Amino acid sequence: MTNNPNKKNLDGYVTLIAVVVLVLLNVVLLAGKMPTYYTGILRFMGINIILAVSLNLINGITGQFSLGHAGFMAVGAYVSALVSIHLGWPLVFALLAGAVAASLLGILIGLPTLRLRGDYLAIATLGLGEIIRVVILNLDITKGARGLGGIPRTTTVYLVELFAIITILFTVNLMRSTHGRALLSIREDEIAAEAMGINTTFYKVFAFSAGAFFAGIAGGLFAHSMGYIAPANFEFMRSIEILVMVVLGGLGSITGSVIATVVLTILPEALRGFAQYRMVLYSAMLIAIMLFRPSGLMGTRELDVRQVLGIFKTGGEKDAS
Amino acid sequence: MGILLQQIVNGIALGSIYALIALGYTMVYGIIRLINFAHGEIYMIGAFVGYFALTAFGLPFWVSLLLAMVIPALLGVLIERVAYRPLRSSPSITVLITAIGVSLLLQNLAMLWFSPDPKTFPQIFTRAPFNIGGVRITFPQVIVLATSVLLMIGLNFMVQKTKIGKAMRAVSQDKEAAKLMGIDTDRIISFTFAIGSALAGAAGVMVGIIYPRIQPLMGTMPGLKAFVAAVFGGIGSIPGAMLGGVIMGLTESLVTAYISSTWRDAIAFSLLIIILLVKPAGILGKSTREKV
Repeated sequence: MTNNPNKKNLDGYVTLIAVVVLVLLNVVLLAGKMPTYYTGILRFMGINIILAVSLNLINGITGQFSLGHAGFMAVGAYVSALVSIHLGWPLVFALLAGAVAASLLGILIGLPTLRLRGDYLAIATLGLGEIIRVVILNLDITKGARGLGGIPRTTTVYLVELFAIITILFTVNLMRSTHGRALLSIREDEIAAEAMGINTTFYKVFAFSAGAFFAGIAGGLFAHSMGYIAPANFEFMRSIEILVMVVLGGLGSITGSVIATVVLTILPEALRGFAQYRMVLYSAMLIAIMLFRPSGLMGTRELDVRQVLGIFKTGGEKDAS
Repeated sequence: MGILLQQIVNGIALGSIYALIALGYTMVYGIIRLINFAHGEIYMIGAFVGYFALTAFGLPFWVSLLLAMVIPALLGVLIERVAYRPLRSSPSITVLITAIGVSLLLQNLAMLWFSPDPKTFPQIFTRAPFNIGGVRITFPQVIVLATSVLLMIGLNFMVQKTKIGKAMRAVSQDKEAAKLMGIDTDRIISFTFAIGSALAGAAGVMVGIIYPRIQPLMGTMPGLKAFVAAVFGGIGSIPGAMLGGVIMGLTESLVTAYISSTWRDAIAFSLLIIILLVKPAGILGKSTREKV
């Protein structure tokens, strides 16, 4: 291996995200030709991308199986909503406040629980997500099960886009750095990584809190997009939906997560008439992916513009999988 | 004092239901190291089978209970065959995600078939309570406790004294060695799923007797809590699952009585996290060190 193919892939793929998504989308948006229904879906899609990529950082890249992502999203949503309602902070600062709260909680929770492995970690994080929800349900300031209303609806498509791109760039650059290599090595073999002198506890907690940070941002964007949040928005099922996006795209592939999220956000909208079959389809799909292609659409590979163009140039030659 | 005793009685009745579900988790985990997320849904199916047997077909209680054990047992075997067996050599996370998928699939199919509205489980037993020293014990509670104890004694006998029980213990100790000794491990795993699912199905009927509202999502929380109970007692250990189930039931009914019912779910999960951090092997479990 003379050059690093992964690095080349990532360069091309950053171009893909930046150029295609930004230019094409914004031209349509700026022209004001997009009905609000579609901008609503776009906002939701962007929020889902942030959630999926940040969960991929924990589950796919670091290999620590977390089922509590909705909990961190809830913390971000509630903290940012309360900050903008009671303190009147501008949106970006409110979002950051929510994200910092979520990531602090991630550190606090991560330190003890990341000692656990595999199945046990999954159950512990599931439990933590539920505990966060029950706590929100019981606090006065969050208005319990009635939900928190009157949140300024200040989230714009551009802001969601901006944060989605920041999340992706952060994760991609992280993966290419020494620290990212440390995370990947923990995924591949934790004991070997430790033997190589990697502080596995530090890196696991770091990945966990970084994932929680972006989940918090997504939660804040969600809260300021809906104007009303309730504990029911952040149930266990929400974590599962995000997990399906990551698994479908391929654990460890960021482009995979993005593609899967786009597909899984548009699909239910397109299939509105079959709403009651949506979850049946979701769960059947989850089983089918695991049985027939457990690595997801992309595996751990990334989609590369040059690779895609290369396929067309050489007459549809498939890349080695 | 009267309230305390009352809550202990209620807690033991609830705990014996958790124990029945926890047994399935612990047996399956003991034998193939899989958290069978779909187990809570098997319990839900058991409740619905019991409901339809009693109402639509008007069968007597014991026949309905038997049906509510046999059909979930077959379903459990089917799930293992279709969804888990092809993944026998895959990483545990892959199987775990599959199990979550199966659980969601059963939930959503149940919502399509049985409608999401709660159904009232028929009241076949008188609800008039006995009064023993100021503690009210209802007849359904007695039935639940008696049935659970009988089933657990039966299970213990089977695992300890019969040939197939011996094979189950052998497979859970060392699958490869058991295979070399001529044990058909696939058959033993199917059998374990059948027994575990039958107990969960029985638990579904039991819960219908005490808390007569059943609905398609009823399996999620008790399923998770029964798993917590299994971990608490020491996963893989059959007496541990029984003990864990009863402790879980007692804790819940005491928290509901003395603190608040809305905190109940958080308590169960806090218990889980504490036990995982302090004594991950559980109360009766043996701790094993991971080999490199």
